[in-house]
Amino acid sequence: MVNFEYANPTTVKEALSLLTAGAEILAGGTDLLSLIKDDVHQPKRLVNIKGIKTLGGISKIGNNFRIGPTVTLDELASNPLIRGAFPALVQASLGITSPQIRNMGTVGGDLCQRPRCWYFRTGNGLLAKGLVENGENKYHAIFGTGAAHFVSASSLGPALMALGATLKIASPDGKTKDVPVSQFFKAPSAEGEREIALAANEIVTDILIPTPPTKNATYEVRHRQAVDWPLATASVSLRMSGSKVAAASITMGHVGPTPVRATEAEKMLIGQTITVDSAEKAGAMAVMGAKPLSQNAYKMQLAKVAVKRALLTAAGVKTV
Amino acid sequence: MAEYKWPPMEQRKLMGKRIARLDGPMKSSGRAKYPSDMNQPGLLFAVLLTSPHAHAKVKSIDVAPAKAIKGVTAVRVISGPGTEIQWAGTEVAAVSAVTEEIARDAAKAIVVEYEVLTHLVKEENLAKVGPRAKAAGEQITGDPDKAFQDSEAKISGDYGIPVITHCCLEPHGSVVAWGNDKIDFWPSTQAVSTVGGDLAKLLELPATQVKVDCQYMGGGFGSKFPADRWGAEAARLSKESGGRPVKLFLDRATELTIAGVRPSHFAKIKVAGKKDGTMTGWQSESWASGGIGGGGMAPLPYVFTNIPNRRMNHTQVSLNAGPARAWRAPNHPQASFLTCSAISDFAAEIGMDPYDVFLKNLDLTLRADTYRKQLVKGAELIDWKKKFQLGSAKTGNIRRGLGIGIATWGGAGHASKCRLTIHPDGTVEVEIGSQDIGTATRTCITQVAAETLGLPMSAVKVKLGNNSYPPSGPSGGSTTIGGVSSSTRKAAVNALEKLLEKVAPGMGVPPDQLEANDSRIVAKGNPNKAMSWKQACQKMGPTAISEMGENEPRSAAREGLNTQGASGIQMAEVEVDMETGVVRIVEVVAVQDCGLVVNPRTAESQVAGALIMSVCSALMEERIMDQTTGRVLNADMEFYKLAGLPDVGKLTVHMDITKEHDSRGIIGLGEPCAIGGVAAIANAAANALGVRVPMVPLTPERVLAALANRRNA
Ligand SMILES: Cc1cc2nc3c(=O)[nH]c(=O)nc-3n(C[C@H](O)[C@H](O)[C@H](O)COP(=O)(O)OP(=O)(O)OC[C@H]3O[C@@H](n4cnc5c(N)ncnc54)[C@H](O)[C@@H]3O)c2cc1C
Repeated sequence: MVNFEYANPTTVKEALSLLTAGAEILAGGTDLLSLIKDDVHQPKRLVNIKGIKTLGGISKIGNNFRIGPTVTLDELASNPLIRGAFPALVQASLGITSPQIRNMGTVGGDLCQRPRCWYFRTGNGLLAKGLVENGENKYHAIFGTGAAHFVSASSLGPALMALGATLKIASPDGKTKDVPVSQFFKAPSAEGEREIALAANEIVTDILIPTPPTKNATYEVRHRQAVDWPLATASVSLRMSGSKVAAASITMGHVGPTPVRATEAEKMLIGQTITVDSAEKAGAMAVMGAKPLSQNAYKMQLAKVAVKRALLTAAGVKTV
Repeated sequence: MAEYKWPPMEQRKLMGKRIARLDGPMKSSGRAKYPSDMNQPGLLFAVLLTSPHAHAKVKSIDVAPAKAIKGVTAVRVISGPGTEIQWAGTEVAAVSAVTEEIARDAAKAIVVEYEVLTHLVKEENLAKVGPRAKAAGEQITGDPDKAFQDSEAKISGDYGIPVITHCCLEPHGSVVAWGNDKIDFWPSTQAVSTVGGDLAKLLELPATQVKVDCQYMGGGFGSKFPADRWGAEAARLSKESGGRPVKLFLDRATELTIAGVRPSHFAKIKVAGKKDGTMTGWQSESWASGGIGGGGMAPLPYVFTNIPNRRMNHTQVSLNAGPARAWRAPNHPQASFLTCSAISDFAAEIGMDPYDVFLKNLDLTLRADTYRKQLVKGAELIDWKKKFQLGSAKTGNIRRGLGIGIATWGGAGHASKCRLTIHPDGTVEVEIGSQDIGTATRTCITQVAAETLGLPMSAVKVKLGNNSYPPSGPSGGSTTIGGVSSSTRKAAVNALEKLLEKVAPGMGVPPDQLEANDSRIVAKGNPNKAMSWKQACQKMGPTAISEMGENEPRSAAREGLNTQGASGIQMAEVEVDMETGVVRIVEVVAVQDCGLVVNPRTAESQVAGALIMSVCSALMEERIMDQTTGRVLNADMEFYKLAGLPDVGKLTVHMDITKEHDSRGIIGLGEPCAIGGVAAIANAAANALGVRVPMVPLTPERVLAALANRRNA
């Protein structure tokens, strides 16, 4: 582990000025510290953003819900505003079944955390070329045709994407930009490229979710009930017109290097009521484009079920 | 000759009672000091540099860059040039420094050049292991070919259980200080009385120089007997650092990579029998690996050893992977899983309830009567007859199933010596070079001594965990409870006899007409003729009474204090999600005998722990090797999955305490209860799914694959 400096700014501006080459943002540290200990990251400076008041808090501003990036997963899951409007987010954060991690980990950190691919985490690079395809890939991606086979680790990402959320990002030049969550996650094509649209000297300052609230839900398929990574998740958001779907948004998690949108299934559902049959059909359509690796075809079935059950949960129909 | 035999069951006041573990508060409040807590003044930290290659020759090693780092006190080469490394994680060098961070940096600074050789790290597919396979020869009994030809029904199945590790929560390691005339050694060990000698041997020193102390330890499960190379290197680093204490504990990744595994076991098994469930033939072609030395040969067929016609072939596979160590009942969980799975599949084939098939064939076992009673009890506890339904009859997305696993074990007491001292002020101390590896050994020894002396638990101080005490065997093979209880009993009887001799004249009663009871010395049959324990002890004069007791395995059975031969059955109910392949535990029931049960409460806790380990192994635990890099991919506690509380389900433990078992004396428990669970859970899943998942752990991908295979069949 390489020694590093530690900085404790109190404003975003100050934080940005501290994010010089080799510096990294520290939030709850639940991911970053293990990356440092395992020598995957070797930052020269850590810039703690938890002392920046404006980066916390959950509120409703005009037509948006705003979540501050340093809000912990636990705060998120227990916040009445969020519980009322976004069960998809609550279910996604409760899927992280370690109270310790929910108490320390933050929303911003969850979105920016690095993938858990075991080749990446043991120093073989994010793409771990050749190793994944020929090796142990049961937890890897079934979507994406490029060089990236890791799965995006964030459970909140797919939920926020299904809810149409946008991230506000502050840059050192003083400007801010709005990046839809759907464009935040990227599949790198070469070693050294990042899996998120965020430069090392930028800070996610706001997570904005538009109203009106919809019927929404997340369903996670996990192996172990105690703390474990999802094998597949699906987050859905439905705008209803009476008992019929007026608009649907379906995003699958942990099946690709980014959250994966199921656009065909979304289209198919318009005008339909959510029943076991329509939900099952949507699930089947959602995984049609999957290209599994040697050991992970089973994840197609899991993603399919996740979509089906997320839809049923959102619509208030019994899942099994 | 003193009379050592256990007091009759109904007269015991402490033994057989549900007494809470004496050191529970120490442990749960964090006051218990484990070897990894032995942070001595001036402590140095040591770190190993390990091989990244699974098979390689060390060409050169340059430790100068490590030595040059400020704060480094010593650097040692463990695998010098020319050494052939046989598994990734092999210790190559060790460094000690004033902080752990510096030691880590220094280990990283060492430059090693390897000649990388070809490796094999996977054995699941026997066809791919080539010359690494070594056949162990064929065993034939009866006429298996004819038995299969003539059979009314037969099955053939593939079964597999992978390598798992011990994953001790306190990793392997020690704190050690090389002083002028002695070495202080604080290892996390299961073998307090032998590990010092082992270290001395590695260091080529007289055994008298090593002082061992281990009051608490965080799990060993069979992997913590030796001093180990890392123990010896820690001692040498201490010596080279001027005798300062050195702490060397494996980090989690190294712990899971080199500190021991339970061998895998795979088999193609055929069972022949009659339509009424009677088994007549068995054939197995099995293979296993426990690392470079091969290893692992499950006793097949398990428990049902007298299936009349049998053919067994076994192959050992040598892998470039961390070596095997004893793992709670070596080879038995695998054997039970393989055998009970095949029997259950045979039952499914002929459309019978496996419970009836197990019962039907008990005459093929060595303890039919005991198993029969235990199966009946287990069935009652899990409500088998009401719940059982053939797998083929089940419907719905969420299905439940029931399964059985069966176990046998020895468990005779090991060699043990104990010294019991009665002081003139009436206090009592027991000294014994044993260890409490989390099994409540301290508590049980206290019960035995207090019971024998007619005193309350609080009057007896038990001292263990130190090799200056009389030697007692390592805690392996479920031998501790029998050994230490017997030696303690004898020491207590011997000491009491001395005390009675002293007080008899004053009381006007012959010593053999006196007994110790309720903190008093009482004339047998005349409770009015009595003296308090304290008064009695004052009669002994200024010198304490100190007597030895010994358990000698060769004569123990004759004396009847401890014996061997434990039986147990386990039953599981699971729930499977047919769409996701996720298997959850509803309940696991254990019915277990271990002769005379010293403490039913801690015994139940021991069994519950074993059930949790079985849940881990049946549902999630597996070492995952990468053939390209030759390394363990899940050498962490994130993807090396162990059950958490929500995964465990309901655990029901029934200790089979009967007069009949009690009269056999004490039998070990640690291992027998860790055998049948995997089979029970795997069989319950097969029953729920209506199809066998050939390999455990029952991960969603394996369950879904088994369901898909059935659909395609
Ligand atoms: C055993 C285990 C199981 C887990 N299971 C799950 C799971 O099922 N689903 C899931 O989603 N997660 C899971 N997690 C991950 C956990 O949710 C993340 O570690 C946590 O959310 C990260 O938040 P943090 O505040 O601790 O981030 P940190 O570790 O502090 O930071 C993580 C990364 O984000 C960057 N970062 C943080 N905040 C910002 C910001 N505002 N702007 C820009 N960059 C920022 C940091 O620079 C760093 O690169 C698991 C973790 C563990 C250890």
